[in-house]
Amino acid sequence: MASLDRVKVLVLGDSGVGKSSLVHLLCQNQVLGNPSWTVGCSVDVRVQDYKEGTPEEKTYYIELWDVGGSLGSASSIKSTRAVFYNSVNGIMLVHDLTNKKSSQNLYRWSLEALSKDSSPTRVIVSNGDYDREQFAENSVPLLLIGTKFDQIAETKRTEVLTRTAFLSEDFNAEEINLDCTNPRYLAAGTSNAVKLSRFFDKVIEKRYFTRDPSPVSFSSPVLADMNSVVTLLFF
Amino acid sequence: MSFLVDSIIMFTSQVLFFGFGWLFFMRQLFKDYEVRQYIVQVVFSITFAFSCTMFELIIFEILGALSSNSRYFHWKLNLYVILLVLIFVVPFYIGYFVVSNIRLLQRQKLLFACMVWFTFMYFFWKLGDPFPILSPKHGILSIEQLISRVGVIGVTLMALLSGFGAVNCPYTYMSYFLRNVTDSDILALERRLLQTMDMIVSKKKRIAMTRRQMYQRGEDQNKQTGLWGMIKSVTSTQTGSENLSLIQQEVDALEELSRQLFLETVELQATKERIEYSKTFQGKYFNFLGYFFSIYCVWKIFMATINIVFDRVGKTDPVTRGIEITVNYLGIQFDVKFWSQHISFILVGIIIVTSIRGLLITLTKFFYAISSNKSSNVIVLVLAQIMGMYFVSSVLLMRMSMPLEYRSIVTEVLGELQFNFYHRWFDVIFLVSALSSILFLYLAHKQAPEKQMAL
Repeated sequence: MASLDRVKVLVLGDSGVGKSSLVHLLCQNQVLGNPSWTVGCSVDVRVQDYKEGTPEEKTYYIELWDVGGSLGSASSIKSTRAVFYNSVNGIMLVHDLTNKKSSQNLYRWSLEALSKDSSPTRVIVSNGDYDREQFAENSVPLLLIGTKFDQIAETKRTEVLTRTAFLSEDFNAEEINLDCTNPRYLAAGTSNAVKLSRFFDKVIEKRYFTRDPSPVSFSSPVLADMNSVVTLLFF
Repeated sequence: MSFLVDSIIMFTSQVLFFGFGWLFFMRQLFKDYEVRQYIVQVVFSITFAFSCTMFELIIFEILGALSSNSRYFHWKLNLYVILLVLIFVVPFYIGYFVVSNIRLLQRQKLLFACMVWFTFMYFFWKLGDPFPILSPKHGILSIEQLISRVGVIGVTLMALLSGFGAVNCPYTYMSYFLRNVTDSDILALERRLLQTMDMIVSKKKRIAMTRRQMYQRGEDQNKQTGLWGMIKSVTSTQTGSENLSLIQQEVDALEELSRQLFLETVELQATKERIEYSKTFQGKYFNFLGYFFSIYCVWKIFMATINIVFDRVGKTDPVTRGIEITVNYLGIQFDVKFWSQHISFILVGIIIVTSIRGLLITLTKFFYAISSNKSSNVIVLVLAQIMGMYFVSSVLLMRMSMPLEYRSIVTEVLGELQFNFYHRWFDVIFLVSALSSILFLYLAHKQAPEKQMAL
């Protein structure tokens, strides 16, 4: 298969949030029985019907790249990880609804994946007041996914959902909250399934049906001023 | 009156240490996790605070600050609290959190936690039997019994870490051991990694396509009823699923390969960074230090061997020895008492600070490497236990580095332990650990260029 034909979506998030379970659920329509540490990157393929139900319906294969690791990894691991961030057509940001830090870390994850002009090392400054305009310029479609929804007590649900609503506004992305061990959340016809299809359709559209098929990555002015300790390898 | 003042001073310093431990926990260890159980943070900070207070009391002993009665009282108090924490509180909570992670035992958490604690106490007690650490005049529940066992564990830990550190330090600092890694090596490896990922993707696409076709054909097949339809469906799915399992096996093999390639690329990147670092000024400085350290480590290993073979334990501490040498051989006269106090203060201070700093850094690295969302509480408590035992045994061993007049309080408070045994034990474990680290590093170093050749 020519590499021009691929549709690549990254699945990012802290370790232990459930990215591998999520990818398995999306691609195999089954729950992952024995999740274990992801070393490096694991890829899976989802069959997606673009514009399902219309005469223009066509089948595409979407590659979900599940990149393992944490933000505090050594810079050698981060430089190696950066190899997987090339020519990305969409990003799924996964966070754990029971762990606030994993949601906050998503800003840094998206910066690491999207900014290729500077080194993705500890040099990244994550402050609370980040620049929303950076994400407005960004043309790579994002989707926010919150996992372990079933582990949140009924009383805390509204609080958690307001927090994630703020998050999705910041990223200018849709949000889905689910439990990766229960396929019922993504059953056909639910609003989650609709949002998911919309996201994948958007990714395919951006990839094939716009003038500029390659994703635009923004160079952040914040990061450009920093001294990078590790040089990023260019392809 | 002075007792009250002294107590206030001690209490303030304890609060300060507690705050430092709290901050360290929040900022460094638990950076990426949410603290749900505050008891873990409290226990960690308490262990840290009381361990640091012990060191503080030694410094006060040397400096002669505070009155000797209050010093003695606080020593005893501190020791009781720390033993209480290390033997009762921390192991109980470790058991409790381990049990709460296992789903089956959720109902009777407390009961199982107590059972775990009793097993721990049993092994802890049994630990003391083969060692000649006590004089037989003491009863069962005396403080010497507990300290002796804690001391054995702590000294073993210290010796293991020192042995490994003594060998690893020059290995890391000196650039003589760095393999030559070029950018093109890394690029080639990364290209291979991406090619492997591409192959995995194309095979998975085939699997998905075949599965989809089978599913669709399966639907059509269901419309055909009767015997003929059934036979047809059996044959077609059979070849389909055979193909699938073959491709799946290939995919598994390729995924294993991609993981290995990823790890090798990470290693090469790390080596490249170290090479770049060694070219900087700081790197050159550490390289230079590395040569000194290697000489020091060889000397230490040599001394440990001599101590064991000739069965001798040093009688005098380095400070008095050094002063004796300068006075007798170099003929420099100076006030022995005055200088011995200051020099031992500086020496002991340096030892304390470097050992605390080194331990905290090692703990942090270890924590990042092995912790996950579920096990973070348990691991922090285990680290707190190690830290407490490490600090208690450093006090034990530090006795050797202090001149006679300052040793008295340590001897008095800790009772009649056979201190010589601990030094001998330390030497033995240090030697074993250093030699096995040399072997281990040698094998690892030899294996890596062979792997590169095979690429």
